[in-house]
Amino acid sequence: MTPLLQVKGLTQRYGARIGCADVSFDLYPGEVMGIVGESGSGKSTLLNCLAGHLEADAGEVIFDTRVDGPRDVRAMSEPERRMLARTDWAFVHQNPRDGLRMGVSAGGNVGERLMAVGARHYGDIRGQALDWLDRVEIAADRIDDRPTAFSGGMQQRLQIARNLVTGPRLVFMDEPTGGLDVSVQARLLDLLRGLVREMGLSAVIVTHDLAVVRLLAHRLMVMKSGHVVEAGLTDQVLDDPQHGYTQLLVSSVLQA
Amino acid sequence: MIEISNLSKNFVLHNQGGAVIPVMRDAALSVAPGECVALIGASGAGKSTLMRMVYGNYLADAGMIRVGELDVAREQPREVLALRRATLGYVSQFLRVVPRVPTLDVVAEPLLALGVAHHEARLRARDLLGRLNIPERLWSLSPTTFSGGEQQRVNIARGFAHAYPALLLDEPTASLDAANREVVLRLIEEAKARGAAILGIFHDEAARDRVCDRVVDVTRFTPGLAA
Repeated sequence: MTPLLQVKGLTQRYGARIGCADVSFDLYPGEVMGIVGESGSGKSTLLNCLAGHLEADAGEVIFDTRVDGPRDVRAMSEPERRMLARTDWAFVHQNPRDGLRMGVSAGGNVGERLMAVGARHYGDIRGQALDWLDRVEIAADRIDDRPTAFSGGMQQRLQIARNLVTGPRLVFMDEPTGGLDVSVQARLLDLLRGLVREMGLSAVIVTHDLAVVRLLAHRLMVMKSGHVVEAGLTDQVLDDPQHGYTQLLVSSVLQA
Repeated sequence: MIEISNLSKNFVLHNQGGAVIPVMRDAALSVAPGECVALIGASGAGKSTLMRMVYGNYLADAGMIRVGELDVAREQPREVLALRRATLGYVSQFLRVVPRVPTLDVVAEPLLALGVAHHEARLRARDLLGRLNIPERLWSLSPTTFSGGEQQRVNIARGFAHAYPALLLDEPTASLDAANREVVLRLIEEAKARGAAILGIFHDEAARDRVCDRVVDVTRFTPGLAA
């Protein structure tokens, strides 16, 4: 099987400071990769370099495109990259306000993504929007409401619907459950697990919450000062951490 | 089906002066299809450690852990994940689930992960929960609020939902009453009859004598204890 995403030697510096250094990994279809580490460890920098929001200084991000097979995203033209970001990729921001259009209705937020890939039939677009609102458990009678009238958890679920409606193959998520009530978090985790399983999604999830990665990620990378210090099966890394930093991280979690 | 040789492991505690704790030396055992082997030895001798290494939950420093065609000690994470999905089941002592997911879905999940249809997976889950005497009115609730014994039975139902060719059982009859203990022992016997290779920890000696064909004393593999 060809990896969906191959990352080789990805490096990003902020002047003399290291954002992330020499990060390499493969991600296969249907796999969820978690990235953990404390604030400033470089995990968000890495995610933004992968997603093309930041221009990395060195390295390759090779994506298995539908038409041409594996291609280095960093060597693509800007229009090609934007097309990829609209069709095969999705990015779920920590703050739903960064990923939603707050002045547009819920249905419009979902429909807009469909129109960006060429959908034009109003009835079809609205139908698909309704279907996705239902999948993320937003009542159909809220379709014409704006996200500003939604709770934080609903906004996050709407952002997920907006991102997944075009059937992407790779989803980047930055702290998708951050800032949410624990009961809302649980519901979102269950939703994401179901979507990963049913749509065969691959995902890269950045979080500082070890409980979230244990339930969501198949594999885990631990970052410290821009470097990946440990990687492996999620439960193995959490239960038998090899690196001193991971041992510290795992032993520092408060027991609820 | 399960074959272990020359298996060794140390724990290195980097934040406690780099202390090295040897926990396993040259462990070796094998489990054939249709056979149930019990690990015995005092608390702390390394029974659970050995089981966790077979499951890929703990890393091995040296040696081989062959499960079916795969050497768990050497394989890539995604190969180990595929092995866990289709071939190697593990009933731990603790249930770890996404909060607020209904019991029926918790039990059906291993089948859904294998691509079994929703309807069929749920039928199997209903059958197992019924056999394990979990009242039907609880099936739509999350098991996180259940009693210890109920959680253990949900865990067992989940572990037996798919007919794994190899199974690891960590005290499957602990905290169960006589009737439910009997159900679990029957499930184990059925799994053996269909050819599953089972490696388990049973503190319940009567249960061990009934379902296990052999015992392996892990004290032999405990560094500093072996003669």
